Amino acid sequence: MIQIQNVSHVIGKSPILTGITTRIPRHGITALIGPNGAGKSTLLNLIARLTPLQSGQITVDDVDVSTAPTQELALKIAVVAQQLGVSSRLRVRDLVAFGRWPHHRGRPAQRDEDAVDQAIAAFDLQALQYRFLDELSGGQQQRAFVAMGVVQDTDWVLLDEPLNNLDMYHAKELTAGLHAMSRPGTERSRSIVMVVHEINYVAAWADHIVALKDGALVFSGPPDQVLTEPILSDLFGMPIRVVSIDGKPVILHHM
Amino acid sequence: MPDRRLLLLAGLLLAACSFFLFWGLKGPVGFILELRVVKLAALLLVGAAIGVSTMIFQTVTGNRILTPAIMGFDALFLLIQTLLVIVLGGSAYIGLLGPAKFLIETAIMMVAAMALFSVLMGRGRTDLHRMILAGVIFGVLFRSLTAFFQRILDPSEFSVVQGAMFASFNSVDTAQLALAGVVCLAAFTAIRPLIRALDVVGLGRKSAIGLGLPYDRMVLGLLALVAALVSVSTALVGPITFLGLLVAALAHSMMRTHRHALLLPAAAMISALILVSGQAIFERVLRMQSTLSVIVEFAGGMLFLYLVLRGRVR
Amino acid sequence: MRFSYLLTFVALLVLSLISAAIGAATLDLGTLGSDPEALRLMLASRLPRTFAALLTGASMAVAGVIMQLLVRNRFVEPGTTGTTEAAMLGLLAVTLAAPAMPLILKMSVSALAALVGMGGFLILIRKLPPSQPLLVPLIGLIYSGIIGAGTTFIAYQWDMMQYLGVWMSGEFSGVLAGRYELLWLAGLMTVIAYIAADQFTIAGLGRNASISLGLKYRQVMALGLVTVSMVTALVVVTVGMVPFVGLVVPNIVARMMGDNLRASLPVVAGMGAGMVLACDVLGRLVRFPYEIPAGTIFGVFGAVVFLWLLLARPARA
Repeated sequence: MIQIQNVSHVIGKSPILTGITTRIPRHGITALIGPNGAGKSTLLNLIARLTPLQSGQITVDDVDVSTAPTQELALKIAVVAQQLGVSSRLRVRDLVAFGRWPHHRGRPAQRDEDAVDQAIAAFDLQALQYRFLDELSGGQQQRAFVAMGVVQDTDWVLLDEPLNNLDMYHAKELTAGLHAMSRPGTERSRSIVMVVHEINYVAAWADHIVALKDGALVFSGPPDQVLTEPILSDLFGMPIRVVSIDGKPVILHHM
Repeated sequence: MPDRRLLLLAGLLLAACSFFLFWGLKGPVGFILELRVVKLAALLLVGAAIGVSTMIFQTVTGNRILTPAIMGFDALFLLIQTLLVIVLGGSAYIGLLGPAKFLIETAIMMVAAMALFSVLMGRGRTDLHRMILAGVIFGVLFRSLTAFFQRILDPSEFSVVQGAMFASFNSVDTAQLALAGVVCLAAFTAIRPLIRALDVVGLGRKSAIGLGLPYDRMVLGLLALVAALVSVSTALVGPITFLGLLVAALAHSMMRTHRHALLLPAAAMISALILVSGQAIFERVLRMQSTLSVIVEFAGGMLFLYLVLRGRVR
Repeated sequence: MRFSYLLTFVALLVLSLISAAIGAATLDLGTLGSDPEALRLMLASRLPRTFAALLTGASMAVAGVIMQLLVRNRFVEPGTTGTTEAAMLGLLAVTLAAPAMPLILKMSVSALAALVGMGGFLILIRKLPPSQPLLVPLIGLIYSGIIGAGTTFIAYQWDMMQYLGVWMSGEFSGVLAGRYELLWLAGLMTVIAYIAADQFTIAGLGRNASISLGLKYRQVMALGLVTVSMVTALVVVTVGMVPFVGLVVPNIVARMMGDNLRASLPVVAGMGAGMVLACDVLGRLVRFPYEIPAGTIFGVFGAVVFLWLLLARPARA
């Protein structure tokens, strides 16, 4: 479980997050949602210790992220940050293999190779594995980075807008894959925390939702409680209809 | 009626010139004065040539950060000189009559500068940073090639031509000075009738053609003039990379106009003013030898960095 | 991969043999065993010269690739970021202030200055948008020019221009046994860089990816910067700067085999060593018996390759 205690964050003089207190349950997919500039990515980066914590406390399975050694955290949390232009010229397989680095620190064993093979198969990268990253499309790069995060074999996987750049087929495959590996009771059950803009993916796959607006927590809870017309309309500042198809909520926000 | 700011500049320049000529004058007055007049004439000529050529170049390329020197033009001139020495042989090169030598060099320079310009502009019109960077590296390449070919020369031959090739403000050749004066005068005379058209060129290719200007032909002609002026100044005193940039920026911020009838004389005078007063201060007051170009490089580099970092590269 | 290692090795061997065989004095490799004079020449001059060129090329190329990964830009190297000029400034200052200081201490001062110079560059480019990769080398070149102008000014005032000329143009003709051994330190830095190859590759993915993988990002950054400034200072102090090695070699290798340093670093080092040695050999042959500095030849070659990288294809820096 991730516990977030009274976390606030300012950049320069502008407040990004104000007094966030919530918890994110173990197992399943937790979606961070909210309009642009709500502070979703900042919160994710704080949990991932990519941004140093200014005030408050965050613990992941009772480990304090601001004091724990970064090497230890790398075995507990994997982060797939937003990729802003990859400058390195690495092959896809090399990149994914670096996800095993926290485990072997430069001396890969057979089980590291096996894990890489599995992840490459799981994310449909076999045909691309010996291509250079900078020769791939944005969506293909995105899948490689997600595979790298997953191969790190951690209890927690944090993803910042993993569906960016993906076509419909791969967006659905990726989400379904993440969903499958986050089911409790499976052999290696992970907990996924991701920032998602595509609200219908949240409706279809998320187990828990944390909604932010203007740096404050609006709501956190299971989808059927959060994905209602009043809460969503208020959150995004526009009229939103929610209908039910096959027992699942479908959000009509685009018309 | 002449512009007040131009009059002010002219006054300042006159003051700087008299300071340069008469400060600390003692000993054989006639002899020293003659030396100083030659040097002053060189400073004025070079100043005017760099100021005017940079201003025209910036109008043609449509931005405020490119200068012929930054694009490697003066390094190109040095390379051409070195190659001529190699092709003709050192003694034949020295034996060439001043005017003939200078005209050959300038002619080759015009062609080469045009070729360089079309390589840079043809590839990189859309990407200014690529173009500037390529220009800077071309400059490095020309300097390296010059160094390389000088090493290929026989050392004895090299030392013979070195004096003829590497000029500075402290060793101005009178014959060359007269010739440079003539070339400069010719170039300025050619530019005079184009001054109004230059204002239109500054609007960019599409607008200029739309307004009925034979744009491409004009640009070619203007570039040829720029190349000639760069040859003059480099032949006289060697390369000064950032003076043009400094001068153009000052002229623009002082005149705040697009009219070249004002911009060109302002640039010429500011440039001459910097050189004359700078040299006067260094020589007469601080008693330092030929470090002016280093100071100009330093200040000009700072300005360039400031312009790039402030995102003024447009 | 095995093939590229083998190829690099064979090319280096052949070049080294040629380098050992040629020079102003004639030397027959076959008589080394019988002729003590030939052996002396070999040990005192030819071998040191060959080693110096190899070490310079390898360490400069490795310094370049480290810098490119840490700055995350393809067009940087010590010479385009003010590092070399700062190293010269430091060396000039310490030579003026304490001419009698031992060379290793002068080198340390120079390395410190290089570190400061590089730090200044990193501060300058910190706020640049990543969408404009070419701004980084452009600013670096101007920044180098400014430091260079300051250095020239000081050198001029104190009549040190001659020294500056020596530091600026990489030349191996003066290398003798006893006068180049500091360069082995640069070779040692290259070995350390190879041990940390994975760390540098990960750092090249950016700060976020590095921290996420549990890398001590700041330490790796510090190690890289210290390596680059040490190598730069060592080369400037012993043989003078060879421009563009750190830029050209890593770019060529990255095109062929990518940026995974664990695999590519030996090739980067080998190709750097080979190219610099080849330039030195060429410099001895072109105008025999006079010599052209290797730095001059590499300046021409490097500028051409740089222009090709810049103009021949869209930027992917």
